[in-house]
Amino acid sequence: MAGSASGKQLWRPSYTLVRRMHELSIAMSIIDVAEEEAERHCGRRIEAIHLKLGALSGVVSGALQSAFELAREQTMFESCRLVIEEIPIVVFCSKCQTERSVRSPQWFCCAECDTPATQVLQGRELQVSGLELSA
Amino acid sequence: MIAEPRIVEVRQNILKHNDQIARVLRQRFREAGVFVVSMVSSPGSGKTALLEKTLKLLRENYRPAALVGDLATDNDAVRLARSQAPVKQIVTGTLCHLEAAMVQHALEEWTLADLDFLFIENVGNLVCPSSWDLGEDLRLVLLSVTEGEDKPLKYPTIFNSADVAVVTKIDLAEAVEFDSEAAQRNIQAVRPGMRVIQVSSKTGQGMDDWIEFLVSQRRGA
Repeated sequence: MAGSASGKQLWRPSYTLVRRMHELSIAMSIIDVAEEEAERHCGRRIEAIHLKLGALSGVVSGALQSAFELAREQTMFESCRLVIEEIPIVVFCSKCQTERSVRSPQWFCCAECDTPATQVLQGRELQVSGLELSA
Repeated sequence: MIAEPRIVEVRQNILKHNDQIARVLRQRFREAGVFVVSMVSSPGSGKTALLEKTLKLLRENYRPAALVGDLATDNDAVRLARSQAPVKQIVTGTLCHLEAAMVQHALEEWTLADLDFLFIENVGNLVCPSSWDLGEDLRLVLLSVTEGEDKPLKYPTIFNSADVAVVTKIDLAEAVEFDSEAAQRNIQAVRPGMRVIQVSSKTGQGMDDWIEFLVSQRRGA
């Protein structure tokens, strides 16, 4: 149904449904950021957008991929891929005095010594890290 | 020779437009001396009841106001208007969270210098709102006793992003066999060191602690 160019313009249904999911807002913001960046590399086609997605970002990568496929329609990114690098949680452990991972998001303490972790160094990323340009 | 695709480094926050607006809002709030609290929770956890009581109590000595996000109705705003404090509805339509631009727009007709406290009630949702900075000083997460003690473990991201937790409907704790210690343990597991305050908006239990906490936070800001 979304096959022909004219059909595509009329095809809107799942958009409203998916808007309930915050990943679509994120996907649309990714396109905004990438469009701005693309202007600096005019003439080059963008083949992929690279992201860093932290484990505490509140964004699910699978849902974001689906949302991006919707959001990219009728933009300059129609055939562009999204490459997601998932960033694990890293905290500063006050007892070990160094960077550590945590047991889990449900058990937010140093993975080595179990000291409760309050200082998050990494894991909140929601960042466009790079663009892959065509040759 | 086939040229290799080239990767250029970008390093831009995806929500940079939201972050920029939030930064401007935070600056305006600070200059006007208004302390801003955002509220997140699941639907039906008692955000509006807590807010109604909070506005009423704060009005004795301060000038509080509220913005309430709701998907479709203005029921909450009508209910809160009874407190006599300025209240404005942000209808989000199908959007599942508030964004800084919506807050900015909603504040256009208000003079911030006329306020001491501003509460921003987010859409009832424990998943979506965590990524959007609204320029607030304090993010409050609510947990009602009827939801069960394990809610923090199911939604660690939003609990981890909050600054204070309020356990609501504490008057029903016994009836629903709410395990207060387990709740406290779970909150501390996902967000070590978080201050937890137990209240009943209905009976007023714990409300003094809550108001005192808000006032002290505002003083310290």
